Amino acid sequence: MSLDSILLIEDDKINALTFKKGLGRVNNEIELIILETAENALQYLRNGNNKPCIIVLDLNLPKMNGIEFLSIVKKDASLKGIPVIVLTTSINPQDKINCYNLQVAGYFVKPLDYFELIESVFNYWRKSEFIHHQIREKSQPQ
Amino acid sequence: MKNNRPILLVEDDKIDAMTVMRALKDLKITNTLVHVYNGLEALDHLKNLNYEKPCIILLDLNMPKMNGIELLKVLKNDALLKKLPVVVLTTSNAEKDKTESFNLSVAGYMLKPVDYKQFVDVIKDINFYWTISEIPD
Repeated sequence: MSLDSILLIEDDKINALTFKKGLGRVNNEIELIILETAENALQYLRNGNNKPCIIVLDLNLPKMNGIEFLSIVKKDASLKGIPVIVLTTSINPQDKINCYNLQVAGYFVKPLDYFELIESVFNYWRKSEFIHHQIREKSQPQ
Repeated sequence: MKNNRPILLVEDDKIDAMTVMRALKDLKITNTLVHVYNGLEALDHLKNLNYEKPCIILLDLNMPKMNGIELLKVLKNDALLKKLPVVVLTTSNAEKDKTESFNLSVAGYMLKPVDYKQFVDVIKDINFYWTISEIPD
């Protein structure tokens, strides 16, 4: 199966909107789910068929932060197969190393050209395969 | 790529390795390509402190001696090597291979296109992505 859904975990509404607009420019068929906290994202992911192809994660989140979220996801047998990409303002080298040790599939530092970022993420991941059971039931009521 | 460290290609097929080399050249990607033929050779290379660690690993799955999944299991249990991004580049369309690879946290699973132009496109997108993304030091 190929890229058809992205979960964006981002508490900043403006950043989320910019991501949404950017994605719409490269492709408007991919389903984008935006959640503002890691807690909500975990709850969403653990609810049955809600398995996006990729997760785009901000690190600096209220309550549970991105690193804590990653630690939980990578220990969960049903979630660890979903690639997680970090999108952060942190240029702290320790954050980068922690994230790669927690098996992220990319680490992007904001601010950068959002459109270029989204274009590269889209072009790369649309060429990738994914785990088959990650197909989402689009008609399922939320 | 984001930095000038080598790309490690783990691939038993000489023709496929030459195709990767040709694509890198055609795209004017200046990173050195280090080519090893199976998982065991990859481990020897990665554990040898005389060699620079690669920026990314391009990994074939079906190989003799130690295959791609077996190599991934070793890498992801190694405190020093687990951080290296691994991109699978294979002809295997088997669900089992995809599931095992992603459960071992690969950073992409690309099917090798037969057509050279499409192959170059895949390498181009891999290069673009890993140029914008930070890479572990």
